[in-house]
Formats: sequence, structure tokens, C-alpha cells
Amino acid sequence: MDRIIRVMVAKPGLDSHDRGAKVVARAYRDAGMEVVYTGLHQTPEQIADGAVQEDVDVLAVSILSGAHSVLLPRIISRLRERGGTCRVLAGGVIPEEDVPGLLEAGVARVFGPGSRLDAIVDFTRELVRSRV
Amino acid sequence: MADTTGGRERRSDFITVSGRPLERCYAPVRADAEEYCRELGNPGEYPYTRGIHPTMYRGRLWTMRQFAGFGTAEDSNARYRFLLQQGQTGLSVAFDFPTLLGYDSDHPRSEGEVGKLGVAVDTLADMEILFEGIPLDRVSTSMTINAPAAILWAMYIVVAEKQGVTRDRITGTIQNDILKEYMAQKTFVFPPRPSLRLVADTFAFGSREAPRWNTISISGYHIREAGATAAQELAFTLANGREYVQTGIAAGLDVDDFAPRLSFFFNSHVDFLEEIAKFRTARRIWAREMRERFRATNPRSCMLRFHTQTAGCSLTAQQPENNIVRTTLQALAAVLGGTQSLHTNSMDEALALPGEDAVRLALRTQQIIALESGVANTVDPLGGSYCLETLTRQLEQETQDYFDRIDRLGGVVPAIELGFFQREIADASYRYQRRVEAEELAVVGVNCHAAGPAPAINLLRVDPRTEFRQVERLQAVRRDRDGHAVERSLRHVREAARGSDNLMYPLLEAVGAYATLGEIMGVLREEFGEYREEAIF
Repeated sequence: MDRIIRVMVAKPGLDSHDRGAKVVARAYRDAGMEVVYTGLHQTPEQIADGAVQEDVDVLAVSILSGAHSVLLPRIISRLRERGGTCRVLAGGVIPEEDVPGLLEAGVARVFGPGSRLDAIVDFTRELVRSRV
Repeated sequence: MADTTGGRERRSDFITVSGRPLERCYAPVRADAEEYCRELGNPGEYPYTRGIHPTMYRGRLWTMRQFAGFGTAEDSNARYRFLLQQGQTGLSVAFDFPTLLGYDSDHPRSEGEVGKLGVAVDTLADMEILFEGIPLDRVSTSMTINAPAAILWAMYIVVAEKQGVTRDRITGTIQNDILKEYMAQKTFVFPPRPSLRLVADTFAFGSREAPRWNTISISGYHIREAGATAAQELAFTLANGREYVQTGIAAGLDVDDFAPRLSFFFNSHVDFLEEIAKFRTARRIWAREMRERFRATNPRSCMLRFHTQTAGCSLTAQQPENNIVRTTLQALAAVLGGTQSLHTNSMDEALALPGEDAVRLALRTQQIIALESGVANTVDPLGGSYCLETLTRQLEQETQDYFDRIDRLGGVVPAIELGFFQREIADASYRYQRRVEAEELAVVGVNCHAAGPAPAINLLRVDPRTEFRQVERLQAVRRDRDGHAVERSLRHVREAARGSDNLMYPLLEAVGAYATLGEIMGVLREEFGEYREEAIF
């Protein structure tokens, strides 16, 4: 049997739109994963340190505030500084033209509006499996 | 929409496109008179189910008010002028996240967020630019601002007075609805109790000094956007309304002194008939609560006036042109529900803030409904529909059931602290998403009829130099102002916060001295503390 996947769902910055993050967190839980939800208004440092401390496999970051190009690279560089090896996903309102930059910064995939929950869950599982 | 028409109508007669004259209002041919009066009443009569004015849109159309703001004050000022030029009749200001949460643009937490989701306002200097060339005695302004609402209102008052418009003549609205922040929109700063004290101070100040201003916009919009059902939106919003009335009464105000300045804000979602019923239900419940529970005697205290915005959460990034059609139906529902003002979303809003072409089209949508469709030419045309009246009664019962549950938990604030609303909304939002994915609910272009090319849409990009320019201006203001006057005014804010004097007066002094939003909110954060929510999913 596969071991249980651990995921952190995070809301960085001042963004207060938490509907999507909470729905995704619940879908992960219903899929049998262990889920930590950070709640709102977390700094990149708090999120990265939390992900290391909780030893999660995947960090799923939700941003709808337009600050993705500042916040995501900061989360990832802090994560690597702390020796964190988890994979990072992003979701939210992120323009197509910003996606290549985020992938380059180390985001495994960006899920935009209208993404299916089962697609997010399946991708997360694959991501963890491919790493082991 | 104040009834300034004195019963006069826009035209001497209203005739359909085929030449048929329309009466002002239709009623059942053989009505059970007693039941009709109790449940519906004629438009302009208690309990206002059919509308708050006898003539409704035959007298005056609703206010067309597009929510807008991005970048610096200059960028947003240009957008407001554009919208007014296109026939918009009121302004609605969107602030960026640092402003909503009371941080200056050079605060470390503001990095990357300045001017992104709304306009950045740090000091009075930004507010002066924001309304430059806009006559504040003739244009009404709505501001979506909550935790720092009293401060931004103070800035607006000072700007108006600099234009020569005294505070008793300004018209508009501050959202100032902190309770729904804990439930749904989540731009809270202080804990509930001191937040409600700030609200009470704005009520008292408004009734004394700015009697034409709506001191609150009690909002279901964000509750719905967070995933609530129609009944939850209605019940939680009206429960908050009752809490604000109690807050005003507890602060020593007479209910009829402030209740006429309470306004509401609802979502218009995809389910056309249910939404129309929701608006009508809201009026009926509010009228009864005000008269029976709070013993209001002024009819204006019993009239629920509301703004509507079409449902942002219903917009899709896929096939974005479909959003024009969705928005049209939602706007039509709001009009058939008797809204006083309306924002129509732009087709590109699942992707970015709206571009100029998209927002013009959204405004044109309202203008076509108002001027071509004929639905504005008779009052409450769907009143008496078996379906609609049944839905209205059902929603009223569901709201009553929620009121009972909230009362059993000890009221709105204890229920917030227990996470009741947050859990109800999270459950509803997850159920909705599962139904979409199971294809029980259709989202055209997403889970059905999804084939087709992706159109090229010209998206708005906020100028990347916004943050730099904004921080430069903020630092120049800090350099050039009278530092002693700022310190003195902040001391007055602190003293009022510790005591019970109305905070509006020291806030007016502080913003007038060019104290920054972050400085003032910093003092209040120290005095009131900060709210931390338990994250529920």
C-alpha cells in the first residue's frame, strides 16, 4: 500500500480569497491525504518554514491577488534554503503569460480557474509517486 | 436611489415596442385583499415585497455603478472619468489589499500587492488625486472598505470639503460591514467588539453630520461569492443587519435616526428566478424585523435599499464571451428584483481586472436593459407569479430557520467565534463544486459544450512601476507634512480609541494632517488588538 501523502495548502500575502484553497484542501482530505491548511495572510517565510517543519510532500499555494510573481519565488527560495524538498503547485487567477516564469522558478504546475478537483488530486499523486 | 421624483415618472406614458400601453403596476384581478396586503403590498407600501417606491424605475432608473480601481490614484481617476463619460451615474472605488488591511505601500507585507486588485491609497494626497475633476456634490461614491472604513470616509469628507462641498451634502456609501468579513470576505483587522464600536461611531457621526451618506452597506455579496447558497446569503446578511441595528441602539441612538441610512448589497447569481425571489424576500423580512422587532416608526427605516453586483464567481476563464450572457441574465434578475444600483461584471474578470472595452460593454448591458428591454416600464412585473411567490415564501422560511439557529448560538458574534458561518459556507461551497464536477450543475464552456477556439482578449496589466511610484509619493508626503501636527493628531486618535469619544473627529484631524493610513491603523491595532481566525475547511 502507498504511504499517505502529506499536503500543505497555503495562502500567502494579503490575499483574502480563500474559497478555492478550502475546496482544494477538502478534496485532498477526501482523497485520503493528510492536509495542513495554513489559513490566510501568511508570509512566504511562514509558509516555507511550515512546509519544512510539517515535512509535507507537496505545497499547494493559492494566489488570487496578482502578487504571484513576487510571492512564489520567495516561498521556493526560502524552502530550498531550509533544505525543503517538497514539490510546489500553484492555483488561482494567474495570467497565462506569467506561467513560464513560475515554472522556471520551480513551480511544478499552475492550475487556473475552472480546474477540476480530480485533476489536481491526480496530478499531486503522480508528482509524489514520480519522486519516490 | 432616493425617491426624489415625488411620484413623477420619467415619461408620460410607457408603451411596449409593439404599441401596447403599460400600467404602472399589475395586481391580481380578484385578489384576496387581506393576504395581498400582508404578504406583498403595493410598491412603496409595507412590507415592500414589490419594491420600495410606488413608481420604481418609471420614476428614476437605478444607479449604474461599476466597481473600479487599480494602480495609482491617477490611473483610477482616469477610469472614473471614462466611466462617467460613458453614461455611468455613480462611482464605486476598489482599493488594493494593503489599503483594505491598513498597511502603507512601503510596508514589507505590501510588496507585490500595491495597486494590483484596486487603487493604492496611503494618504489624503492620494484621495485628492483620485477625485480630481469629479464634482462630489453631483456624483455619489461607494467605497468598498471595511476595517479602515472610518479613515477612508474621513479622507473623502476632507477632499469634498476642499472642493467646497460640505459634509451634509455628500452622497455615497462606505461598506463598513465588518461582520461579513469574519464570515466570508476576510479583510478583517481588529476583533469583533472594537470593530463594532467603530461602526457605531460612524452611525452616530453620520446621523449628526452627514445625513445623506449611507454609513454601511450590509453585504451578502461576499458571503455568496465565498460559496454560500441563496438562503444563506439572505439569512446571514439580514442577521448581520439586525446585529448592526442592535449595535446602534446599544450606543444610545434612536433607531429611526440611523436605520434609514443602512443600505444592503446582494449578489445576483446564475439561478434567475431564485435570485429575483431572494431580493423580494429580503425587503419583506427587513420591513417586518424593523417594525416588529425594533419598533421603527419611520417608514424609511423599514425600506431595504440595496446595491447588486452580478456574480463574479459565476464567470469562467474558458470561453469568456459567455460571461456577457451570464451577466445580462443576472443583471436582469437584479432589476426584476428591484435593485437601487447595479454593477455588471465584465467578460474578462475571471482572468484579470477588467479592461476598458470589457467594462464599457458591461455598462452597455445595463443601459440596454434600462432603455430598450421595457422591463423598467412597469413595477415588479413578475409579482404574483405562482412560482416566484412560492420561492419568496420558501426563502423567507429558510431565513427564519437560520435566524433561530443563530439565536440559539447566542447571536452573530458568538456564532462567528464558533465558526458557524464559516463552516456552513465552506460546506455549501464544496457541495457546489462537487455538483459541478459530477455534471449535475452545468457550466457551459467548462463542463459541457467546452469545444471551441479561445478568443484573444486584451487583458489589463497594472503598470509594474506602480509600487515604486506609489512609495515615492508616500515618502514625499511624509517628508513635506507638519510632523508635530501628525503626532498630535495620532495622540488624539489613541485617546479616543481608549475612551469612548467618537473616533470620527480625531480621524478627520489625522487624515487632514496627512497622517498615513498605516500610521493611523497602527495606533488602532495597538489599542484594539488584531483578530486571528481559526482556519476551517
